[in-house]
Amino acid sequence: MSLLALRRMCAGYDARNVLHEIDLDVEARQIQVVLGANGAGKTTLLRAISGTIARQGEIVFDGQRIDQLSARKIVAAGIAHVPQGRGTFADLTVDENIRLGAYLRTAAETRQDRERWLSFFPRLRERLPQQAGSLSGGEQQMLAITRALMLRPRLLLLDEPSLGLAPIITQGLFRTLAAIREEAGMTMLIVEQSANLALEVADSGVVLESGQIVLRDSARNLAGNDEVRRIYLGYE
Amino acid sequence: MSVVIKPKLPVAVRALAGAALAVVLLYVIPFVIPGYLVSQFATVLVFAIAIVGINLVTGFGGAITLGHAAFVALGSYTTAILVVRYGWNPYATVPVAALLSWVAGWCLGFPALRLQGLYLALGTLVLSITVPPLLKRFEAFTGGVQGLNVGNPEAPAFLPIDDSQWIYFLSLAVAAVLYVVARRILSGPLRRALVAARDNQLVGAVMGVDRANLTTATFAMSSLYAGVAGSLYAMIVGFVSPDTFNVMMSLSLFVGAVVGGITSLNGAIIGAMFIQFVPIWASDIDVALGGLVFGCALIVTLVVIPAGIGGLGERAFIWLCRRLGWVERAEARRDDIAVTGSAQNEPA
Amino acid sequence: MTLFASQIVDGLADGAIYASLALALVFSYRSTGIVNFAQGEMAMLSAYLVWQLMQWGMPLVPAALVSIAVSFVAGALLYASIVKPLSHASLLTVVSVLIGLYLALNSLAGFIWTYTIKPLPSLFPKAHFRLGWFSISAETAGIIAVVAVVLLLLYLLFETTKIGLAMRGAASTPDSAVLVGVSVPLMLLIGWGIAAALGALSGILVAPRVFLNPTMMFGVIIYAFAAATLGGFDSIVGAVVGGLLVGVVENLVGTYIPWIGPDLKIIVALVLIFGTLLIKPDGLFGRRKVVRL
Repeated sequence: MSLLALRRMCAGYDARNVLHEIDLDVEARQIQVVLGANGAGKTTLLRAISGTIARQGEIVFDGQRIDQLSARKIVAAGIAHVPQGRGTFADLTVDENIRLGAYLRTAAETRQDRERWLSFFPRLRERLPQQAGSLSGGEQQMLAITRALMLRPRLLLLDEPSLGLAPIITQGLFRTLAAIREEAGMTMLIVEQSANLALEVADSGVVLESGQIVLRDSARNLAGNDEVRRIYLGYE
Repeated sequence: MSVVIKPKLPVAVRALAGAALAVVLLYVIPFVIPGYLVSQFATVLVFAIAIVGINLVTGFGGAITLGHAAFVALGSYTTAILVVRYGWNPYATVPVAALLSWVAGWCLGFPALRLQGLYLALGTLVLSITVPPLLKRFEAFTGGVQGLNVGNPEAPAFLPIDDSQWIYFLSLAVAAVLYVVARRILSGPLRRALVAARDNQLVGAVMGVDRANLTTATFAMSSLYAGVAGSLYAMIVGFVSPDTFNVMMSLSLFVGAVVGGITSLNGAIIGAMFIQFVPIWASDIDVALGGLVFGCALIVTLVVIPAGIGGLGERAFIWLCRRLGWVERAEARRDDIAVTGSAQNEPA
Repeated sequence: MTLFASQIVDGLADGAIYASLALALVFSYRSTGIVNFAQGEMAMLSAYLVWQLMQWGMPLVPAALVSIAVSFVAGALLYASIVKPLSHASLLTVVSVLIGLYLALNSLAGFIWTYTIKPLPSLFPKAHFRLGWFSISAETAGIIAVVAVVLLLLYLLFETTKIGLAMRGAASTPDSAVLVGVSVPLMLLIGWGIAAALGALSGILVAPRVFLNPTMMFGVIIYAFAAATLGGFDSIVGAVVGGLLVGVVENLVGTYIPWIGPDLKIIVALVLIFGTLLIKPDGLFGRRKVVRL
C-alpha cells in the first residue's frame, strides 16, 4: 500500500479549481518528482496535501484520511512541507529555526535530532547564532530542510528546492536528499520546474499540465522521454 | 459594453419630492418647530458640511484622518479673531476660513502621503489632542481659556425673521452649495480616479492616476469643508473656546460619518443629526450614556449595516425605483464600470 | 540632588509606565497588525477592578494580581470575539470598531463608577531612600523595579521557553509557524492576553499618581503611542527604550522649556510620532515593512 494516495483530488483558490481529479500514489521510501510548467498546479498540489488550502477528494496518508484535517493535524501526522521560497523564520536565528522545527517533539528527541542533522549539515553548525534571513540561498535551503526533518516526518514535501540556486549547489542538494532518504528512510515528493538534476536521484515522476496528470513513469523513462526532455528538462 | 440601470424618477415625482424637501427645509424647520431647536438644526447643517469633507477624504479617498477638530478650530478661530480683533464683517470671514483651511489641509496632505493607514489615523488623532492646549497657549490671539465672544450675526432688518432663523438659512445656503460641489467632484472621471487610487494603488497608477496630487487635493478639500463648518459654527454658537475643539469633536464627526454612511453624501445629514441629538437625549438619562451609545453605534453599524444609514437608504431607494419601474437604461461607457479588486485580476 | 538628575529619574518612572503600556500595544500589534486604540481604556477598567475588589474587602496586592489575571483573560476574549473576526476586514472597519470600543469602555466606566475621582493606594510605601547625594522615592524606585522584573519575566518567556519561541515564530512568519505545527490563533490569543495584562499593570501603577477616574489613561496612552511609534511597533526592545526615552524627554521638556511647560508637553508626543513616521517609519528598532498593494 502506498504511503500517500490521492484519489480524485481537486483543489484551488477562491472559486476556481486549479487541480482537477488528481490520482497519485507515492510509495514509501521513494523519491517522486512532480514536473510541470509554471501555473500547472505543482505548488497547489503540495499545499493541498499539507492542508494549507481547501481541497476536495480523497487523500490517504499511511492508512489515514487526511483531506478533512487541519494543516496542524497533518503536520502532527508526519507530513513536513518545505514551501517555495524556503519558509524559514527570517527574523529568528538558525538555531531557533531548528528548534522550532521540533515544536511537536520532546526535548530529548529535539536534542538527538539536532545533533544528527547538524553533523549532516556542518555549514549550519557554523552559523547557529546567525539570523536566518542573512544566510545564502543554499544555506537557507539546508536550514529549511533541517527544520522539516526535525519534525521526524514520514513524508517530506519539497517545493522547488533548487529555485534560485546555482546548478552546482543544486546538484549537491539533490545528492544530499538522496543521502537523507537512505539515512532516515524518508519518503519525498519533490516539485521541480526544470528537473534534470532531480530526476537523477528520483525513483519515479509525474508530469502535471493545467491541473491534470498527463504522464506517469519511472524517473529513468522520463529522463529519456524526448517530449519531456524538450519541454521540461530544457534540452533541444 | 454593458447596460447600467439608473433610477430615474418621473418628473411629477421629482417635483413632489423637491417640493416636500423645500417645505421641510424652508418652512417647517425654521418656523414651525420650537425656537430653541432652530440653531440646533443650524449646527446639524454645519456638522453635515464637515462630514461631507470626511466622506471625501475617508470614504472616497480611503485615508482615515481623525484630525478634523483641528481644521474646524482653524475655521472657527479665523472667524473669531477677524471679527473680534480686527472688526471684520463676519460673512467676509467665511472665504478666508475656507482658504486657510484649504492651505492647511494641503500641507497635511504631504505627510499623509507617507503615512500608512493606521499610522495616519494615529498621527491625526494625536494632532486633535494637541489643539486645545495650543489654542490656550497663544492667548494673545485666541483669548486663551476664556475664548472669544463672536456674537451672532444679526438678521437684516428688512426680513421678518430672528437671528437664529437667519443663521439657519445662511448655513442652509452654504451647505447646499457645498453639497452640490461635492456631488460634482464625485461624479465622472474624478470619482473613478479616487476610487481606483483608494482600492488599488497599482491599478490606479496604471490608469494614470497621479496619486500624490490626488491625495493632497482631497485632503485640502476636506479640510476646506471642515474650516467652513468651523467658521459658521462660531457664528451659530456665538463664541469660541479651546476645549470645544478636542478629540471628542474629531471622534464625533467620525462617528457621524460612519453612521451616516462613509461614502454616502446624503447620509451626512443623518450622521450629523445623530451626533447632535443623541448626546442630548442620552445625557438626560445618564451623563455617561452618550459615549456608550456612540461607541456601540460605531460597532453595530459596521457589523450590521456597513454602508451606514445613508448607504442603506440609497440602496432601498434604488430597489424601490426598480420595483416601480422608475429606471432608465443607459449604455455604459467602458470605464464607467467601477474599478475595484486585486491586481491579479479577473479578465476585464 | 540636582533638579536635572531628579527629573531624569522621574522621567524614568513615567517612562517605565509608558513602556509597559507601549509593550501592550506592541503585543497586540505583532502578527495582527492592529494598533489597539482601546488599550488604555482596558487598562483603566483593570485599575477600576482593583478598586472594586478592594471595596469588597480584598487587600491591594491580591486585588492587583487578580485584576491582572482577569485582564489576561479579557484580552484573550477580545481577540477571539472581535479581532479575529475582523482579520480580513477593511482598515476602516478595524479602526472604527476599536474607536467604538474606546468610546464605549470609557463611558462604561463612567456609567458604573461615575466620574468622581477615587483614590487607589500605591503598591509602594510613602518613603524616600537616600544613598549619599542620590534621593529617590519608594514609589519611583518601585515602579522602575516592577517594570524591570516584568521585562525580565517576558525575556525569559520568549528566549528560553518553547511556547515563547512559538509565539515569536508565529509573529515573525505565521505561514511557516503553521507548517511546524504551531497553532497560530492560540499564539495570538496569548499575545493579546499578555497585552491586556501589561496594560493592567500600567493602569495599576498610574492610578495612585493621578487618582482613579475614567479619563485617567488618556495622557498615558498618547505617550505610549509615541513610545511604540518611536521604538517600532513590532519591537519589544523598542517599546521599552521608546517608553523610557519618551518619559525622560517629556519631563525635561516640561521643566526646561518654559514656553511649553506642563500643559503643552503633549506636543512632545505629536512631534515624536510625526517625526518618526516621516523620517524612519519603522521606528528605532522596528523591522518589518508591511506594504499592502
